[in-house]
Amino acid sequence: MAGFLGEAENHAYRRVLGLAHNLVGAALRGLPLVAWAYVCAVIALAASCIGLSSFDGIDWTTLAVLAVLSVVCESVPALLNSANARVSLSYSAGLASVVLLGPVGAALVGASAIVTGRRDIGPVKRLFNGAQFALSGYLAGVVYSAAGGRTGKPTDGSFPGIITPYVGAVSTYVAVNLVFIGVILVLTKQEPMWGFRWRPLGQLAAGQLAYGMFGLLIAAPWGVIGPFSAVLVLMPMLLARWAFEQTRAQQQAHAATIAALCQAVETKDYYTRGHSERVSRGSTMIARAIGMRPERVGAIRYAGMLHDVGKLGVPTKVLQKPGDLTEEELAAIQLHPMRGLEIVREIGFLDEALAGIMHHHERMDGTGYPMGLAGLEIPEFARVISVADAFDSMTSTRSYRAACSTEEGIAELRRSAGAHFDPELVEAFIKALEREGWEQPEPVAPPEGEEVETTQQDHDDPSAPLRVAGENVRP
Amino acid sequence: MIAPARQRPGWQSLDSAQLLLIAVAGMLIIGAVTEVGAVGLRDSHTAVLFGALIAVGELLRMLMPGNREVAPIASAGSLGYALLLRVGSEPATHSALQAVTVTACGTLVGSLPHIAVGRIPRLDATARRILSPALVAFIFRPMAHSSLRHHWPSLIAVMALTVMLACAAEVVAAATIRAEAVRTRFGIALGDEIRAKVPLCVASGATGMLIAVSTFVMGPAALLVFTAPILVTQVAFRRFAGIRATYLQTVRALSQVTEVGGYVETGHSRRVGELAVAMGRELGMTEEELLELEYAALMHDIGQLSLRDPIPGGATVLASPSEQRRIAGLGAGVITKTGLLDEVAEIVRRQAEPYRAAEGSAPPLASRVIKVANAYDDLVGASSDRDRSAAVIERLRGDSAAEYDPTVVEALGHVVDRMR
Repeated sequence: MAGFLGEAENHAYRRVLGLAHNLVGAALRGLPLVAWAYVCAVIALAASCIGLSSFDGIDWTTLAVLAVLSVVCESVPALLNSANARVSLSYSAGLASVVLLGPVGAALVGASAIVTGRRDIGPVKRLFNGAQFALSGYLAGVVYSAAGGRTGKPTDGSFPGIITPYVGAVSTYVAVNLVFIGVILVLTKQEPMWGFRWRPLGQLAAGQLAYGMFGLLIAAPWGVIGPFSAVLVLMPMLLARWAFEQTRAQQQAHAATIAALCQAVETKDYYTRGHSERVSRGSTMIARAIGMRPERVGAIRYAGMLHDVGKLGVPTKVLQKPGDLTEEELAAIQLHPMRGLEIVREIGFLDEALAGIMHHHERMDGTGYPMGLAGLEIPEFARVISVADAFDSMTSTRSYRAACSTEEGIAELRRSAGAHFDPELVEAFIKALEREGWEQPEPVAPPEGEEVETTQQDHDDPSAPLRVAGENVRP
Repeated sequence: MIAPARQRPGWQSLDSAQLLLIAVAGMLIIGAVTEVGAVGLRDSHTAVLFGALIAVGELLRMLMPGNREVAPIASAGSLGYALLLRVGSEPATHSALQAVTVTACGTLVGSLPHIAVGRIPRLDATARRILSPALVAFIFRPMAHSSLRHHWPSLIAVMALTVMLACAAEVVAAATIRAEAVRTRFGIALGDEIRAKVPLCVASGATGMLIAVSTFVMGPAALLVFTAPILVTQVAFRRFAGIRATYLQTVRALSQVTEVGGYVETGHSRRVGELAVAMGRELGMTEEELLELEYAALMHDIGQLSLRDPIPGGATVLASPSEQRRIAGLGAGVITKTGLLDEVAEIVRRQAEPYRAAEGSAPPLASRVIKVANAYDDLVGASSDRDRSAAVIERLRGDSAAEYDPTVVEALGHVVDRMR
């Protein structure tokens, strides 16, 4: 009933919570003995709980309907929210059964997780899942009764007295479920016993609590309209799920379109191919390392991707000029952040992303362009992009030099920190590089046989500043 | 905004169907308020609770793609009040007119903050949000007091049918107004409205019924509790609408890269986009098709970025046919890289093909539209000279049957006539 949707950016969480997949793999390739013992114990405990109880007074029709509902909901995985938590709607069915059927009925409905339509779950995992949900349901039922909750269809006297026992039941259900998952994670060595990361589980629990509360909504009108109440409650939720999926598809198309258009802009110079993509990735790494909020990370990803789109407005012959630049040509190059801003201004991004594109060539000492801002006057997004931009330029091949190694790039960043880059961001980037690594572009060889026209100077390259006629160097 | 309605000043922006709808709603409200004022409010406590829920829903109203104003929570509240049978042990005895009054007052109160910050409500959408639950109330209120109320299965069936009927009525009304506003055929507008509206109608209807039924056991608390599922739905749909709008803005903005790079004239992509959408609508394309057409039209010259030297003046219509096809192919290649916009890529790929090709099938309608729109804009540009545009249309007509699709050229003629 609870699993996690692994997003690429969320691979750490996926590792923790992708139990559904990992456990199967582990089971086939030899689960540690103690984990086997644990799985068998849980299954045995659940079986004895159900086996030793009496089935008197259980409404079998309601039980069957709820079990079917639970299996159906379990088979269509549901997206709950952007935190990548995936809690299927079957949670609601499980908790509705606590109210309508009591401990034994809830255990039976929980055990129905053994039959799921999802093919990616192996037999051991199914059994374990069914057993642990049966136990969760049973214990939730016991807590519900102990707190004074009355089993059966709620009537007009049930509210608001039913709420306290119900909240107790939901909390028990979620807590028991999470403990079972946590123990198996530790036993299969996917998580250390000490230093267990609770945050992802906390997010999961929030989603489970919310869905669990919907169980009461299903149970409340059951006495009046029967199973139809489940249909009415779940209809808006299924539509929400559909809309979330549509949103995700649109987000993907949006990101893919921006990437494709940036690539198209880059086709003019094969030395810079992939630059936007890598700057975007580097900026995102820094943004995460300094703990930006997720929506700002999303915005900086786009800003990094689009930071050089204004370069298109710089005449190709200026970009490819072999010798020193004239003052006018330098001005044309220095205008590109403003050109970029003109293009992307109407996109409904955060304003910060726009500022990042406009100021990504400012320097901490105030000698950058277009505005000559200094220090913390420079918007944070621009300071971040500037680091990733320079690093990628240095570690890529240029027509006039070979690519630096990552270490040389880091050394150069450190050297320019303070004068050119924000030292804190440089350190954050270096840490992120050590943790996540950096995919350096393949060394490019110009296509043979063609007349080669490429950039002779790179405005992004801090190790080789632009040469201007009549002057020494320009930043 | 996917399909911006034509901008017209003041009262002119109201079409006849809209005026009729607003007038009916207005008279109904006046009648209902007068009646309720005369006989007094029954069970004022419940009425105020529902009014408050409707007001909150109205406050949280949102715009869906296609500039459609919706307020799912308010709709659910109004439907719930129209279908209400009993609160706890007290039977609900309010009349249909009282239901209309509560809906209208809630809507008005919820609109006030919007008006205060200068967001004028769309009167026709507001009228529909009042009339649709009113229809339910007029059908269902008399039955709520009849003997039917003791027979649950048939009562639920009647509730569901009434809600569906109201939903259908609302969709038809919206389609009539839309057909008039964006000049498309009623059938097309109806299809678009069904696709856009039905999911939210279903969500509001289901929640309304739940509220009406659950007040039996939960009393007034049901209002609060059962707003939770539809709140999730609303959040989901709002995010969907947001990303759709951002996506379109992005493509519109990035389509300028060919202009900034000096490949095409300033404003070319945007003008071709607008022209193509207007022509597509004239030709009876659905909203989804129009969106794809707009994306393809905005990106139709993206292939030029791969050229070493820009075509003189950027006008592809003057390039050789093989060159035109090469650019179209390169552009389609760029779009294919997204991995998700295959239809758009196909439209762009085939935009340069003549209408009557010697071999193979005719290109898709969207490609034919872009071919004509592109040729027209290449030859007319930003100029507003009537003679020039008339001469260009004449020239395209002369080439039609072989190069251009005659019906598409005719659609262009109508669109250009209207724009003058």
